[in-house]
Amino acid sequence: MAALQELWQARPGRQQWRLTPSVRRDLRNGLLFVSPWLLGLLIFTLYPIVASFYYSFTNYDIISPPVFVGLTNYKDLLTNDPLFWKAVGNTLYYVALAVPLNLLVALSVALLLNLKVRGMVFYRTLFYLPSIVPDVAAALLWGWILNSQFGLANAFLRSLGLPTVGWFTDPAWSKPALILIGLWSVGGAMVIFLAALQDIPDYLYEAADLDGATALSKTWHITLPMLTPTIFFNLILGMIGAFQYFTTAFVLTGGGPVSSTLFYSLLLYSNAFSYFKMGYGSAMAWLLVAFIFLLTWIVFKTANRWVYYEGEGV
Amino acid sequence: MANRSLRTPTVAVSTSQPSSVVHPNRNDKLWRSLAAHSVLIVLAAIFAIPFIWLLSTSLKPTEQLFKLPPEWIPRPFMWSNYAKATTFIPFFLYLKNTVYITVFNVVAMLISCSLVAYGFARIQWPGRDALFFVLIATLMIPGAVLLIPTFIIFRNLGWVGTPHPLTWPAFAGNAFYIFLLRQFYLTIPRELSSAAKIDGASEFQTYWLIILPLARAALAAVALFTFLANWNDFIGPLIYLSDKSQFTLAIGLYGFLSRVKTEWGLLMAAATLMVSPVVLLFFFTQRTFIQGITMTGLK
Repeated sequence: MAALQELWQARPGRQQWRLTPSVRRDLRNGLLFVSPWLLGLLIFTLYPIVASFYYSFTNYDIISPPVFVGLTNYKDLLTNDPLFWKAVGNTLYYVALAVPLNLLVALSVALLLNLKVRGMVFYRTLFYLPSIVPDVAAALLWGWILNSQFGLANAFLRSLGLPTVGWFTDPAWSKPALILIGLWSVGGAMVIFLAALQDIPDYLYEAADLDGATALSKTWHITLPMLTPTIFFNLILGMIGAFQYFTTAFVLTGGGPVSSTLFYSLLLYSNAFSYFKMGYGSAMAWLLVAFIFLLTWIVFKTANRWVYYEGEGV
Repeated sequence: MANRSLRTPTVAVSTSQPSSVVHPNRNDKLWRSLAAHSVLIVLAAIFAIPFIWLLSTSLKPTEQLFKLPPEWIPRPFMWSNYAKATTFIPFFLYLKNTVYITVFNVVAMLISCSLVAYGFARIQWPGRDALFFVLIATLMIPGAVLLIPTFIIFRNLGWVGTPHPLTWPAFAGNAFYIFLLRQFYLTIPRELSSAAKIDGASEFQTYWLIILPLARAALAAVALFTFLANWNDFIGPLIYLSDKSQFTLAIGLYGFLSRVKTEWGLLMAAATLMVSPVVLLFFFTQRTFIQGITMTGLK
């Protein structure tokens, strides 16, 4: 994300270009090389953004042309659609629990692996592997493990003499169950943390050792501050991803039981692709984007209070 | 990511032991290592159990699935589950469709991203940094907002119900991979390009003969990520494919689930067949994988 700041500092206007023949040739070549992406940007990003914004003010069933209806879609969503608020509640619940938990687990496991334990490569492989298992396959597997009658999880609880849980039959447990499944694939974030940990220069710890610092205070005063840019990065990406959580819930629960796992993306999908309410779906998408941007902006704003960038001075 | 990541990617995850730190209290260190190991072993068991359970279930006869308490060792080993799973759904057809989409994407993505990254990393031109800023900014656009209009574009093209929406866009590249490759290209000394230019090489020849061969590791990472993204993709095929004969494994597996709720043995066999290429690939290319992730800090 600091990358963004840096690029902004280096934005053009600060550099004076004169169109000499060699600059002109470089400009032509540069544009030629980036043209595949530039075309894609226009067709698959910029145009869709504009179109989606327009659709959000229309009734559009794709068969007949869109009909402009002003703010009706937004008004209906916010005041007249109980499913919308159900989905908002479910999604906020999921984001609020899954994002911090994922960060915490990824970071803790990375810290453990960074203790230079023997067999690090084995552990790293094992912990990373679930994150590349196809979502559908993982969903099937976990659906079976969390099966309330014959599943492994309940058998384990039973063997401990604990009451069993209706993972996907009890609305109170369905969201925690999905969050649990998500924790199995924290490997990606873990590997990023691990790389960042191994980037922390040893002399910082050596200096702390000379001062007689304990392991705990070294973690608190050196490791965590040095990791804040990575935590920040994983937090932003984790949030954007969690707000759009879809596949596992779609495959496993389809939104049930009693709409307890009807997440925002599931409702958006069914409005757009089951009922072909493209205008309504677009309005949903824009509300989501507005909310994600607002939250990202808040996190960015707080960043200079807790994110420490090396080389910026303390 | 920290500032410096824009200029010099962190390429290697070093596993070397720092030898310089000698802790005064060796006992303390021993205890810590012991504690760390016990926690790791428990964690490893938790992470591994789903995989073991997947394999075990995939080989069980139906009656044994519903035994309580559950049994770990299949009795007898029902290798026929795998044969049945591949005929219950047209597995090899789905496999063929998945391989087609995946290979197409890998090839197209390598071509487009390696070219675009060259334009951003190895040529100086007015407006380049502004456009690169836009590229980074697109990484933060939630996909949900693009879904509906993109669908309508492809519908107007008459491409819904064909694999084209899942293949051709790869020629437009992907912001993540372009970013990753650009970071890598930046580490290649500028003098190499200048020398080639003096020898009369065109920009394209410099890209093809100098940069590409040196960027093999980064290209391999892009190929792997693209493979994985397409092999695992669910939403794309769900939205664009309607004809069963064009289904991919992900969609096929989902359809399998909704048809047979209780044939867990067959389901797990099919899931295993879908997961195993990914796992095998990962084992053979682990270094490239991990390097790719850490190269940018982006996943």
